[in-house]
Amino acid sequence: MTFGRFVARRIAVLVPTLLIVSLLIFALQQLLPGDAAVALAGEEQDAAVVAAIRAKYHLDKPWPAQYAMWIGNVLRGDFGQSLRNRIPVAELLAAKLPVTIELAVASMLIALAIGVPAGILSAARKGSPLDLTANFVALSGLSVPHFWLGIMLILLFAVRLGWLPASGFVPLSESVRLNLASILLPAIVLGTGVAGVMMRHTRSAMLETLGADYVRTARAKSVSERMVVLKHALRNALIPVITLGAIEFGRLLSGAVLTEQIFAIPGFGKLLVDGVFNRDYAVVQGVVLVSATLFVLLNLLADVLYFLANPRLRGH
Amino acid sequence: MRFIRRRVITGLVTLALAALVAGGASAQGVLRIGLNDDPDALDPTISRAYVGRLVFAALCDKLFDVTPDLKIVPQLATGYEWTADHKAVVIKLRPGVKFHDGEPFNAEAVRFNIERHINTPGSFRKSEIGEITKVEVVSDLAVRLSLSEPLVPLLAALTDRAGMMVSPKAAKELGDRFGTKPVCAGPYRFVERVAQGKIVLEKFASYWDRANVHVDRVEFVPITDSTARLASLRSGDLQMIERVSPTDVGQIREDSRLKVTGVPELGFQVIRLNVANGPKSKAFADARVRQAIDLLIDRETLVKTVFNNEYVPGNQWVSPSSPYYNAKLPVRKRDIARAKQLLREAGQPSFAFTLIVPPERDRQEASLIIQAMLAEAGVTMTIQTQENVTMLQAGRRGDFEAYFTFWSGRPDPDGNIYTHYTCKGAQNDPRWCNEQFDVLVSKARHVADPGERKKLYDQATEIMLRETPSLHLWHRRVFTGFSGRVQGFTPYPDGIIRVKGLKLS
Repeated sequence: MTFGRFVARRIAVLVPTLLIVSLLIFALQQLLPGDAAVALAGEEQDAAVVAAIRAKYHLDKPWPAQYAMWIGNVLRGDFGQSLRNRIPVAELLAAKLPVTIELAVASMLIALAIGVPAGILSAARKGSPLDLTANFVALSGLSVPHFWLGIMLILLFAVRLGWLPASGFVPLSESVRLNLASILLPAIVLGTGVAGVMMRHTRSAMLETLGADYVRTARAKSVSERMVVLKHALRNALIPVITLGAIEFGRLLSGAVLTEQIFAIPGFGKLLVDGVFNRDYAVVQGVVLVSATLFVLLNLLADVLYFLANPRLRGH
Repeated sequence: MRFIRRRVITGLVTLALAALVAGGASAQGVLRIGLNDDPDALDPTISRAYVGRLVFAALCDKLFDVTPDLKIVPQLATGYEWTADHKAVVIKLRPGVKFHDGEPFNAEAVRFNIERHINTPGSFRKSEIGEITKVEVVSDLAVRLSLSEPLVPLLAALTDRAGMMVSPKAAKELGDRFGTKPVCAGPYRFVERVAQGKIVLEKFASYWDRANVHVDRVEFVPITDSTARLASLRSGDLQMIERVSPTDVGQIREDSRLKVTGVPELGFQVIRLNVANGPKSKAFADARVRQAIDLLIDRETLVKTVFNNEYVPGNQWVSPSSPYYNAKLPVRKRDIARAKQLLREAGQPSFAFTLIVPPERDRQEASLIIQAMLAEAGVTMTIQTQENVTMLQAGRRGDFEAYFTFWSGRPDPDGNIYTHYTCKGAQNDPRWCNEQFDVLVSKARHVADPGERKKLYDQATEIMLRETPSLHLWHRRVFTGFSGRVQGFTPYPDGIIRVKGLKLS
């Protein structure tokens, strides 16, 4: 299969996947108990107000009709308007996307910086106290709840030491320093979680390659252990780690609900949760659709890289 | 070589961290207030959420305001005069007031705003001031509001969002999207909003009362997690937080750099009983059963165990600190023997019912304690958790035996009683109906004299407590936490922080 055909085929699958996602999220929302118009009407449950809201946002139409209207507008770039604060959803998404991307990139950098070296070291020194420590740290990163770690970090670095802000987000355009300071703690919380996964996978992939014949040959040629690990084994071991990284990155891009809540970071996660609680259908649909698109695109990218990196695939 | 490289990297990392750490303190003149949620549209006509009112207090002045003891005082108005039949009121306006876009505030602007509140589709103000039939410009600085019926509580409505004035020019230009760039006549003007991030306001140079505006900039930051909100106050990122949870109050009191104030709320926490709304009303159709349940709940113990005794036990539709509380009918002592007797008389010695409770900490925990209290008298109460909106809908449909809700309260007593308990009241989900009660409460809407009104409400309360269509249980205290740097803060029972008058030391 040529590279061009491979990519074309993947893109062809992309469109129906996203359509199904959009239909699914729309249908799921209809299953949510509680009427959006009632949710919007709030404390003053005036029947006339509820009816006016229902008519204004076409909530009185059957849901397939609502879906057709929505998807038609989305294809023209119009994601509708937030029922709650009347801001166009496209504007909300455009405002949140850079925040979410920045948080995801920062978390991923932390995850890679910790996870990959720790994985390599613990594989190279299998069974040593270093390996045990790395495993312990990785498991902790995986199992400690984000909200707990978040609160602990806030109490230590913001309340006790006063080094970093406890919450809030400063955009990069306003101040680079404050921006990095505001993103550091949430990125650590998210990053250490992912680092655990990365470490475990790097370690097992390294162990596998370190046991391979060509590594034994390299050692037999009295190549230094350092060269064996870093040059011969690592490159091959990293292939599954790249795939995993892409998936984890995609997950981070769909928003980190709890972490964003605790640090008051205005990203996708917070937008989504608020949207669900307020029955703000257009917002929920917009966020899920964009997240799903990003996720699918990242997977596509990972596949492409994999295809390029692994000559064996081309034969099939 | 490798050694040097490592040194350089270590140095760079240290430098970067030091740069991040330095200067974490907020700039002078910026007051950062932590909100419990992200407000909805910043348009007084279509705004609904309580939390938005905190922002409006700095952004949009109103025709009237309330004092901390709930007296109505002029703000953008300078005075008012009712006609003899109380079917019209002439409001005199403050001269020299400008909107944030420089447009003048005058009688024409008031007419525009009142009509906008009433005529905008989906307006949440219509139900508050819908009785206004006509707005006439009397002079440049006087308007006359005509009403379909005599209605004294109208002025109280004008102390909140219905009395907020926006620039007619901006409202016409922005239309449906006014809330994204509000232009009002308050002490602060809108700068920017990052949805779920922050709302930034700055001092309005041409404000009519600028001598009382001290803080240069106000930022409202929504932080949903209460622990994180408190941590931000303690770290100095925020200078004020609203509606502090009673379990967090202790931590603020212990911190010498922080202060906390608490005043009883205007509203009430209530279990509504289905008296006559559809087939599920069988259980509570008999007033004796309702009385019995009421007698079994020990409100003081409830408040002590669940809320560290920080809230106020209650039994009426206003809190005991309200002038309209009927002091002759205080919270009764728990009486198991009497309750059992009432249940026997009603032919329900082993009574059972289901209480719907939303997944919210206060009411969930209180429900568990109530469940145990009722069980002591052989009453089985099943707790059914239902998400808030779903519960309210079930309430409207009559698909409930009992449900646990609350009312945020209004400065005028009418707002706590009329729509909730009169036969045709929009919020009367129990469908309890007592004609004598209706006459008293309706009459109180037409009486301006507070003493006369109190007499009418006292009688109405007596009927209500005898019939017990709902169980009023406690009144929260609205706690505001703030840094010692904040000077001149006065708490209001509505919980709204008035930024005007505040100073930062």
